[in-house]
Amino acid sequence: MSESFEPVIVGFTCNWCSYRAADAAGTARVKYAPNVRLIRLMCSGRLDPTFVMKALAGGADGVLITGCHPGDCHYIDQNYKALRRFLLLRRTLKGFGIEPERIKLVWASAAEGMKLANEINTFVDEVRKLGPLNWPKWDSNGHAALQPRSEQVMEVTA
Amino acid sequence: MNKYLFYPGCSMEGSARAYYESIKAIQGPLAMELEEIDDWNCCGATEYLSINLIPAYSLIARNLALAAKQVNGANSVMAPCSACYLNLEKADHYMAERPALGEKVNEALAAGGLHYDPGSVQIRHLVDVIINDIGLEAVKTKVVRPLTGLRVAPYLGCMVPRPDYAKRWSDHEHPSELDDLMKALGAEVIEFPMKTACCGGHMTQIGPETAYELIRRLVAEAEEFQADIMVTMCPMCQMNLDAYQGETNRHFGTNYHMPIVFFTQLMAVAFGIDPRQAGFGLELVSAKDALARIGLKAPQPEKAAPPRKKPEGLPMPKPLPKKYASGQEVVMEE
Amino acid sequence: MSENTPKQDKPKVGVYVCHCGSNIAGMVDVEAVRDWAREHLAEDGVVISRDYKFMCSSLGQELIEKDIKELGLERVVVAACSPHLHEKTFRTASERAGLNPYLTELVSIREQVSWVHTDKAIATEKSKALLAGTVHRVAYNTELEPLKVPINPNTLVVGGGIAGIQAALEIANAGFHVYLVEREPSIGGHMAQFDKTFPTLDCSACILTPRMVEAGTHPNITLLTWSEVMSVSGYVGNFNVTIKKRARYVNEELCTGCGICVEKCPQKVIDDVYEAGLGYRKVIYTPFAQAVPKYPVLDRPNCTYFKNGKCKACEKFCPTNAIDFTQEDEYLNVEVGNIILATGYDLFDARKVTNYGYGRLPNVFTSLEFERLSNAAGPTGGEITLRDGKTKPQTVGIIHCVGSRDKNFNNYCSSICCMQSLKFAHLVKERTGADVYEFYIDMRTPMKAYDEFYQRVLDEGTLFVRGKVAEVTNAAHGPHEKGKLIIQVEDTLVGKQRRIPVDMVILSVGMEPRHDAKQTGQLFGISCSSDGWYIERHPKLDPVTTMTEGILIAGCASGPKDIPASVAQGAAAAARVLDKILQKEVELEPIRATVNEEKCSGCRICNNLCPFNAISFIDDLAVTRINPALCQGCGTCVAACPAGAISGTGFSNEQIFAQIDGLLMGV
Repeated sequence: MSESFEPVIVGFTCNWCSYRAADAAGTARVKYAPNVRLIRLMCSGRLDPTFVMKALAGGADGVLITGCHPGDCHYIDQNYKALRRFLLLRRTLKGFGIEPERIKLVWASAAEGMKLANEINTFVDEVRKLGPLNWPKWDSNGHAALQPRSEQVMEVTA
Repeated sequence: MNKYLFYPGCSMEGSARAYYESIKAIQGPLAMELEEIDDWNCCGATEYLSINLIPAYSLIARNLALAAKQVNGANSVMAPCSACYLNLEKADHYMAERPALGEKVNEALAAGGLHYDPGSVQIRHLVDVIINDIGLEAVKTKVVRPLTGLRVAPYLGCMVPRPDYAKRWSDHEHPSELDDLMKALGAEVIEFPMKTACCGGHMTQIGPETAYELIRRLVAEAEEFQADIMVTMCPMCQMNLDAYQGETNRHFGTNYHMPIVFFTQLMAVAFGIDPRQAGFGLELVSAKDALARIGLKAPQPEKAAPPRKKPEGLPMPKPLPKKYASGQEVVMEE
Repeated sequence: MSENTPKQDKPKVGVYVCHCGSNIAGMVDVEAVRDWAREHLAEDGVVISRDYKFMCSSLGQELIEKDIKELGLERVVVAACSPHLHEKTFRTASERAGLNPYLTELVSIREQVSWVHTDKAIATEKSKALLAGTVHRVAYNTELEPLKVPINPNTLVVGGGIAGIQAALEIANAGFHVYLVEREPSIGGHMAQFDKTFPTLDCSACILTPRMVEAGTHPNITLLTWSEVMSVSGYVGNFNVTIKKRARYVNEELCTGCGICVEKCPQKVIDDVYEAGLGYRKVIYTPFAQAVPKYPVLDRPNCTYFKNGKCKACEKFCPTNAIDFTQEDEYLNVEVGNIILATGYDLFDARKVTNYGYGRLPNVFTSLEFERLSNAAGPTGGEITLRDGKTKPQTVGIIHCVGSRDKNFNNYCSSICCMQSLKFAHLVKERTGADVYEFYIDMRTPMKAYDEFYQRVLDEGTLFVRGKVAEVTNAAHGPHEKGKLIIQVEDTLVGKQRRIPVDMVILSVGMEPRHDAKQTGQLFGISCSSDGWYIERHPKLDPVTTMTEGILIAGCASGPKDIPASVAQGAAAAARVLDKILQKEVELEPIRATVNEEKCSGCRICNNLCPFNAISFIDDLAVTRINPALCQGCGTCVAACPAGAISGTGFSNEQIFAQIDGLLMGV
């Protein structure tokens, strides 16, 4: 490992707002930290908490969840559900011994490219300070070992 | 029983003596308990704030700190003088909004063993208290001598409806609180268009011509609407319009004779209290004629009643439904 | 294929890395990514990896098509720009070559990498990771077919203003049936209240009424006035709508529109709607002479008979016995394929701007009140007078932007008020010869013949003051101001405060969304912006459709606009509807959720999560079912199901897990 730790962060964006914000940041050539790797979902409401677990278990040091501003969700109010899940997820992660600050929820509308870029930079700094997650690797079966809906992941001590 | 910490301000003992007397007179009927802040000091009026902010705010905040200490069953400070009220409100607001200022002010206060956390006391103007805490219904029940036939021009002055940090007023240009209060006393309230226009303030000392013009406009407008009397809630306004009305007349060659009194004086009279106890007689422009209209003292020759508006022509739009800061809906009487 | 068994034999994947000229190649080592994919992603199915200067060009697309045909590719991954730009391009190319379009994915290494990072080595590594993510994901893509649902050829148009009438006529003329629902007793909307329209100064009623009559007599239009939509269910092509036809207390079969009942009715009330509060109407009334339909309506709350059992003058005098006090509200159920909302606007309440004195000072009028004054059929017979109904003004002040472009009220510009104010200036001068002042912030006269109209009004001698009016007051400063309304304004071009005495003030009040627009929107499943206007699918390229398939919007319901724009939108919405009707079927994106009923335990956690009412519970089977036509594909229910019984096509759990794996390859 190099002396300066660079976190790897998986980011979830919603198709209508935050993904378009990322596009807007790109079109405007706004520079931001390269540590975040984005996945496009149709809506932040699609975010299953097991995705976050999977990402952290797979080697990510942090997860960024983004979506439309409350009230602006393309699917009316699904981002509120994302918010509820996020809050519960943070508490759950604490129970696992993972710093809740490793996941962050950010609202960004399709026009807020600059804002999203700034948020990404801020989050990368925060995770860098927390250090690597060092979650023990799963066995050699790779992702075959982590079934979707696996009991091990779903057993949460609240 | 509504209990308040009372901040009288310097004018209560001097030029606004009538205000003080009438407040004391109506205190009982309104079930308002007033406890004067112990060892209160001058609020600095308007001058100090234009010279040096930190000592100015410290001077004001000392009163807030004393009030906060004195709290026992009441955490509201009631100030009847508009300038005192505004200064107290400003100090509280800016100490919260500008932490650096707050720190310096508390440093100054510490020298006297005092400290003030912004937001610790609520600051209220007397009119706000009467409308929202005591309520117009309660006021109406105390009226034994309704001011029927008295045409009143309500004049609020500029310092209370604006800037209104705590959002207590129904409107910032044409608030209806004082109007409604006078109506509750049975008076005929004119729709005074200059109710929040400036009276000239300290321009009477600094640039008298400007002040005279502003005073003239207010008095002329009230006269235009055939008001018998103007009421105000600010000692400065009362002094300017009353004490300087003579000089204004001399300056313009006019002959205005518009009495201006404090609203609490009319309240006292409506509650059946003797006018002298309500501070009448202290004003320079005599309110004799106005009082005569409501049957006090010898009757004077009748002034021709102003023409009543007959409903004709195109209908007017209905007024917007109103709510006071207390959330109370105002019932329109027409 | 069972959900829990991962794919053992990977489908053949083709990878295409685009240079996009130097847009990508300048910051990402494209050849390295191409080679890396061939080597390291071979075990994930990559059989060919190419790079090309411009993948979206026809040559680039041909590369893909050739490989699909010759190499038997089963999946395609293009690493280039944003899917929002070219996903459709590459999917169509694949389809041409015989591959299901949903087996092709586009991953952005331009907007997300080359344009936003500065270190070439790091950018290249990130591109590899993003590519790996998508390659892993695409293995789990399944062949999807867009959903086809049949279209009911009937259409519902809600709102009988000019936009609604235009839309209804276009569809009816094409030979299809339209239900035109209007809340007021007559169609016509706000345009029926105006006197003249800018910039041509056409008489508003003269150009509107022929359309109204056409709509009222068209064999393909069912006119339902004095009616409201109560509920809507269903989905595009198949809506079921319940409409309440309120009781008019007049039998439409017998009424001849003679108007005797209106004449004989003894009770007058202020007409708040059509006359803008400036005039009176009877309790049984038609809102204006050219109303369509001609049948009057009885205003029950104000009727003497309903209040205390007396009168019944209308019934006594009606020659055809058409008055029916026992009439009840009627409820109709109609089935339509598409719905156009053309519900129009409400005006900003000028009483809120207390410093302008509307409501307090008699001679301050709103723009709509002025329209009624100047209209020959209005309360003063077209005479422009003060509030006393008699005196003509000698000076008039017109204030722009009341309630618009104002942080205290509405931030937006109401688009038509500058032109409307100019029109008022012209009419005042023409009818009264008065001096006219206009108080403006900017002059907005962009469309055809608008600026020429402005020039004309300038030439007529109207005086323009650039400044936002501080106050309208009746407090005179001297004898020259006595009895007048004084407008206090800073004349910014001159740099001075001015007090201008006028007799009459006209406030050009802004437009606001209908005050119940949000509730109406919820009925139909569309949303409002933060200002309250309905949201269109795309503000530039798709102004008449909404995010909800089958619900369209036209006219001022989506934002302030003038009559030509409203008409254009009404026609555009009609064209869209006709396009759907003529296709007989409509295609829906197959990004949907489905419930595996065997796995569903009936816990119903998902039931309340759907804002589109796509989720319903089947009582006798005790399972949940999702209507694929209503489902918009957000995936919230997929994430919520504790049993994993709901799968979302296009964004399934397998796909996303695989993508996460790919992204974190090498970490």
